Amino acid sequence: MSPALRAYQYNLLAYKRTWRGSLTTTFLYPVLYLAAIGVGLGHLIDHGSNKAVGGVPYLWFLAPGLLAGTAMQIGANESTFPVMAGIKWLKTYFAMLATPLEVTDVLYGHLLWILTRVALASGVFLAVMTAFHTVPSAWAVAAFPAAVLTGAAFSAPVMAFSATRETDQSFVVLYRFGIVPLFLFSGTFFPVTQLPGWLQVIARCTPLYQGVSLCRGLVLGRPGGWDALGHAVYLLVMFAGGVLAARVSYRRRLVQ
Amino acid sequence: MSTSGVPAFALPLRVLPPIKVGRGRARLLVERNVVAYRRGWIFLVSGFFEPLFYLLSIGLGLNHLVGHLPIDGRSIPYTDYVAPGLLASSAMNGAIFDATFGIFFKLKIAKTYDAVLATPLGVRDVAIGELSWSLIRGTAYSIAFLVVMAALGLIASWWAVLCLPAAMLVSFAFGGAGMFGTCYMRSWQDFDLVSLAIVPLFLFSGVFYPLSLYPGWLRIVVTLTPLYQGVALLRGLDSGVLGPVLLVHACYLGLLGAVGLVGASRRLGRLLLP
Amino acid sequence: MRMIACLSPISGGTLQVLGLDPMRDGPQIRSRIGLVPQDDTLDLELTVRDNLYLYGRYFGLPKKQLRERVDELLEFARLTERADERVDPLSGGMRRRLTIARALVSSPSLVILDEPTTGLDPQARHLLWDRLYRLKREGVTLVITTHYMDEAEQLCDRLVVMDAGRIAAAGSPRELIEQWSTREVVELRFEAEGHQVHGDRLADLAERVEVLPDRLLLYTDEGDATLDAVRSRGASPIAALVRRSTLEDVFLHLTGRSLVD
Repeated sequence: MSPALRAYQYNLLAYKRTWRGSLTTTFLYPVLYLAAIGVGLGHLIDHGSNKAVGGVPYLWFLAPGLLAGTAMQIGANESTFPVMAGIKWLKTYFAMLATPLEVTDVLYGHLLWILTRVALASGVFLAVMTAFHTVPSAWAVAAFPAAVLTGAAFSAPVMAFSATRETDQSFVVLYRFGIVPLFLFSGTFFPVTQLPGWLQVIARCTPLYQGVSLCRGLVLGRPGGWDALGHAVYLLVMFAGGVLAARVSYRRRLVQ
Repeated sequence: MSTSGVPAFALPLRVLPPIKVGRGRARLLVERNVVAYRRGWIFLVSGFFEPLFYLLSIGLGLNHLVGHLPIDGRSIPYTDYVAPGLLASSAMNGAIFDATFGIFFKLKIAKTYDAVLATPLGVRDVAIGELSWSLIRGTAYSIAFLVVMAALGLIASWWAVLCLPAAMLVSFAFGGAGMFGTCYMRSWQDFDLVSLAIVPLFLFSGVFYPLSLYPGWLRIVVTLTPLYQGVALLRGLDSGVLGPVLLVHACYLGLLGAVGLVGASRRLGRLLLP
Repeated sequence: MRMIACLSPISGGTLQVLGLDPMRDGPQIRSRIGLVPQDDTLDLELTVRDNLYLYGRYFGLPKKQLRERVDELLEFARLTERADERVDPLSGGMRRRLTIARALVSSPSLVILDEPTTGLDPQARHLLWDRLYRLKREGVTLVITTHYMDEAEQLCDRLVVMDAGRIAAAGSPRELIEQWSTREVVELRFEAEGHQVHGDRLADLAERVEVLPDRLLLYTDEGDATLDAVRSRGASPIAALVRRSTLEDVFLHLTGRSLVD
């Protein structure tokens, strides 16, 4: 077994004890949003001018947005407090480094684990979407890797950031002023064309907008050629940059 | 060591500091929280922004798509409809955090109250002090949110001045209930229950749309939840649609907070002074 | 302990604290007691200074007077340099000193300390003893529970030995030693397993003989004379030590040597 996989295994074992607590955030809450906002508000929005949002029912519009939004939330959240725990609170990183594992093994093992969590959540959510009859096209299968890519694009840079932090205060700031506004304004709940002009431009540049557009295009069966490629490249570059940054900040923090 | 371990008191009593012994020291717990948050003010400030972002996102972004909603025969823009609902959830958010996580940390992890009770303060002071703090935080969030609503022109009636005391009632209710529930929590794992209550309340209590969309049985269930009571109260006041039913909402919230306070006070006594 | 601090109901017998009834006058009594609980219970969300300051506020002390008092106490606890740090990174000894300083903030007439030096290194212990001794000299009554007999000997005027909730003996350290032990103790160590045999053979040389797996204790008033007598009988211990009786001897004699958990 490769060294990074051995580090990965630790997280898997730890999760076996704590998975119940994560059921709500990972699986239940996205579905509640889908039901409350998608079905409830969708009823009001579709009333009269059916298919007012991009020519599809609101629930169809919202579901892939929530898919990408959930992938982002899990990718980012799992890269904050658990990283701090590895470095400071439980010091599991240091316990691993006392074995033949290297810093990069610890990093890749944890990153791989976070992506597993994103993949689990995305898979379940796609299944729920299908049950809600919001998946009109077989292209939706490709939305699964797109969602994982969205989670990955957030996870790696956030890990790099977390490894430089001394307290968890900045995670609260990151969540409330970064993740929450992204979730709410990146075209998840409404087309960005509803925003005032200058905000539209900003919204189109955010990473979550790329993820939402990519997932929505695939789920609705109109992937959109070059646009989709652009979104994917954006996310891939962000992921790769994040990994490089995390390598540096992990080494700085863990090798003293 | 037993009672007989106390030496006889031959010593003259030392000069006592000017201490008024008795009740009414709950404000000192508030003072403690103010000092404790001096370094964590960002937690306080940032907490207010979440409902605000929801107002700007769902309230404004979906405004055109949803159009107008009827309320008591009139029809109002969707943003106006959502705003008082989010005010209620802001009051809830402001109160619930310290009443649950904060109190659990002080009660079980840091044992802060054990130290407090070795001073002249009693259990009731602790309960009242902590609830006052939650109420203050909830009130601060509500004021800030009302200011934003006013700036965006989302306040339709003069009755809206009553929105502040009404929002405080929401904070009182959730602070009291949260504190009471927290006294029965055993570990951090139990706190999944807090968000398991808060998230569905936020999403389904009529913040975003009228209950008429629900099937009959669900409507009854939602009507009984505290957040719905708060949303209905604030929406009525904000839009100037009054009626005796608003008093029922207010009584419900006041009663919930009072029951929470008394229950938490008793339970704390049993936990801290066995 | 908790009963004296009015934190538990009285389980039996009668109790008066500072002439007051704990059931009725809890707040009055607590306003004149300083409590040093075993598990510090310092406020982890506050700085060292604020821990003292707010604790004083709980007693209703006016702010200005309190600020001066806090500075004095920081000095007393040798924590002035750490005053604006949080409690978390402090060492065990520092936390203990802070807890004691905290108990003094209201100038109490009675300070209750529950195992004040358990788990501390020798330097920290001696510093604490020094601080407690100063308090005693200033006329503050200290009630201390401890498992360390050297601590009791250092700090106590009057001592109560408790065994399973009952009083086994009471008095000053000197009195207890005189009453329950001899002036000196001779400790002998022999080769291999011969302690019981030697013990029987030497039994008449001392007031009391105690046979332990690793050594033999002879309780006597004249240690050197006893040791000479031992040698003149032809016994040749591999190690011999004459020392004064301590409270530890008294304690072990009164409560036995078997482990109590």
